[in-house]
Amino acid sequence: MQKTPFWLAGLMALPVAAEAKTEISWWHAMSGANAEVVSKIAGDFNASQEEYEVKPVFKGTYPETLNAGIAAFRAGQAPDIIQVFDVGTGVMMGAQGAIKPVAEVLDEGGYAFDKSQYLPGIVGYYSTPEGDMLSFPYNSSSPILYYNKDIFEKAGLDVDSPPKTWAEVWAAARQIKESGAASCGYTSTWLTWIHTENFAAWNNVSWGTNENGLAGTPELKIDGPLFVKHFQELADLAKEGAFVYGGRTSEAKQNFTSGECGILTESSGGLGDIVKSGMNYGIGQLPYDETAQGAPQNTTPGGASLWVMGGKSDETYKGVAAFFNYLSQTEVQQYLHEQSGYLPVTMAAYEATKASDFYDKNPGRETPILQMMGKQPTENSKGVRAPNLPQLRDIQNEEYEKMLAGQQDAATALKNAAERGNAALKEAVGG
Amino acid sequence: MRRTVFPHKLLPWLLLAPQLAITLIFFYWPAGQAFRQSLLREDAFGLKSTFVGLANFRKVLGDPNYLNSVRVTAVFSVLVAFCAMAIALFLAVQAEKIIRGRGFYRTLMIWPYAVAPAIAGMLWLFMFNPSFGTLAWPLRQLGLYWNPLLDGEQAMTLVVAAATWKQISYNFLFFVAGLQAIPRSLLEAAAIDGASRRHAFWTIAFPLLAPTTFFLLVVNTVYALFDTFGIIHAVTGGGPGKATETLVYKVYNDGFVNLIMGDSAAQSVILMVIVIALTAFQFRFIERRVHYG
Repeated sequence: MQKTPFWLAGLMALPVAAEAKTEISWWHAMSGANAEVVSKIAGDFNASQEEYEVKPVFKGTYPETLNAGIAAFRAGQAPDIIQVFDVGTGVMMGAQGAIKPVAEVLDEGGYAFDKSQYLPGIVGYYSTPEGDMLSFPYNSSSPILYYNKDIFEKAGLDVDSPPKTWAEVWAAARQIKESGAASCGYTSTWLTWIHTENFAAWNNVSWGTNENGLAGTPELKIDGPLFVKHFQELADLAKEGAFVYGGRTSEAKQNFTSGECGILTESSGGLGDIVKSGMNYGIGQLPYDETAQGAPQNTTPGGASLWVMGGKSDETYKGVAAFFNYLSQTEVQQYLHEQSGYLPVTMAAYEATKASDFYDKNPGRETPILQMMGKQPTENSKGVRAPNLPQLRDIQNEEYEKMLAGQQDAATALKNAAERGNAALKEAVGG
Repeated sequence: MRRTVFPHKLLPWLLLAPQLAITLIFFYWPAGQAFRQSLLREDAFGLKSTFVGLANFRKVLGDPNYLNSVRVTAVFSVLVAFCAMAIALFLAVQAEKIIRGRGFYRTLMIWPYAVAPAIAGMLWLFMFNPSFGTLAWPLRQLGLYWNPLLDGEQAMTLVVAAATWKQISYNFLFFVAGLQAIPRSLLEAAAIDGASRRHAFWTIAFPLLAPTTFFLLVVNTVYALFDTFGIIHAVTGGGPGKATETLVYKVYNDGFVNLIMGDSAAQSVILMVIVIALTAFQFRFIERRVHYG
């Protein structure tokens, strides 16, 4: 007897599956280990029910995915769900009519959307000023401090107590450099996200007016005295060679994993690479400025969220609602949190992880959550939002680079960044 | 030249159709779109759009960052075109002198051309990355403070080197062919008259290479202006500050990162005008001096 060939069997099964299920396209920007998490979640959801099929498609880096989504929307071919990074949030929020608020999708799909189930710091960031959730927080992260225990030991620093304030970081960095334990004391990824946006929230100073842009178009306040003090200290450290600049995004992680630098501030989402490097590392809270009143306050979320595009069929929206409901389930969130180093979105998932022995086995993994949840957010610490945040960050990076190269001091750099940023904001809103 | 006459009117159009279709779809249509977009101010999703006339052009031309970008592009293009051609010519002349293994050397010389710009960029980035670059370490040992992440001039040197390296092969190929086309008898006659090798090269070979040199000048200018995007994107991303942000990179950055479509479109229209003007200029004024023999 002849067996049915493999491909023929597939061909016969295909039309049945296509007719029965509503397909939901999900464009994402997750690569490596995080892409496996995406496939697993989508696969498990598809297996859990009969009606819908979520199809994840990798679209490149965060900006590439956003651009692909925008181009597809303009061509009338938008995906159903698209993952947009934190910086693109303002862009998506400005596109009323192109998107459908997630709270609405869930309500219409028959799922009661209960805000209290979600971590307030994260959901607040992805909601309108009135509190309606616009996008679904898929992967959220927070900046933390990593340090190389071997280098600390060599430099004569206490391996069990990472520096808590910036002043302590500068001192430790100098000690590492001077003792010859490593050629560089401290480095940092994302000077914009960590040293500007989160610096403002963590030390409870204003990044911009209008609640940092959450309640309207902001006017940048990043040339305030605390920022100037902080960046001048950083520039001085760079001049001595105790701080090494790695680049505008996460390049500096390599300076840390290669053993060049003893201390790093980076996203909690960057943990995977540091674990993979096999180094003897420790985790600490993001440092704060001890002269700031009420510091440390709380950090703000980075990462990305899932947006639902507008103009789709009711059937599609029902499927999206079912998928988001699945994503909020405790076991799914727990899996996501433990696998990827991103934060869980629901309180229940956080509690479940706490109840397990995960945090005991993996010290430091709770730090980003504690940082974000520690205190009730103030108007300086709910996050930052602007219709052209990518451009604002670009401007800041340019001015910071000129400062670190010794072409200008911190006061000039921040004044330029604020002035140029405010001009760009005016242009973006007027246009 | 003999005129070819086709028997009926449709056939020539049919034969031209594929090329015309490609030009229409891939050049005129996008160019038209860019022109239309340059007169509009629009949000990223195209939900609201306002006709603003030439306001985008006024804004772009009045922007000091744009003028910086023009300067960066000029420096970058002149350096890349000059270095890539000069080094290629030198290598071609040297390769001509070799008797044994000439084919082997030539093949090796042509290899880099097959490397994609982004990959060439990554290659140079890895070699010269200040923290883990294989070649950055010896530079530092020599006492040079090597940090292209913050030093604009070093960053420019790095992208020029990467862009030049990739283009040398192409130029080399054409110069070798050009040198081989020079009649031996001329060089031999010069040798008999007692001309030194150097003298013979500058008075005989170099002028006779003029058509090749001119062709390469046009190709290299266009290359430096447009095809180096991948290298800049991979190596410096336009930084530090705006030290390596060329015109093409700025079009990309403003359009696809900052999502300011109107500005970006206006810049690409200006870029198109620059290239048309540059090519017309080269053909009109430089080609006159070229002796095709």
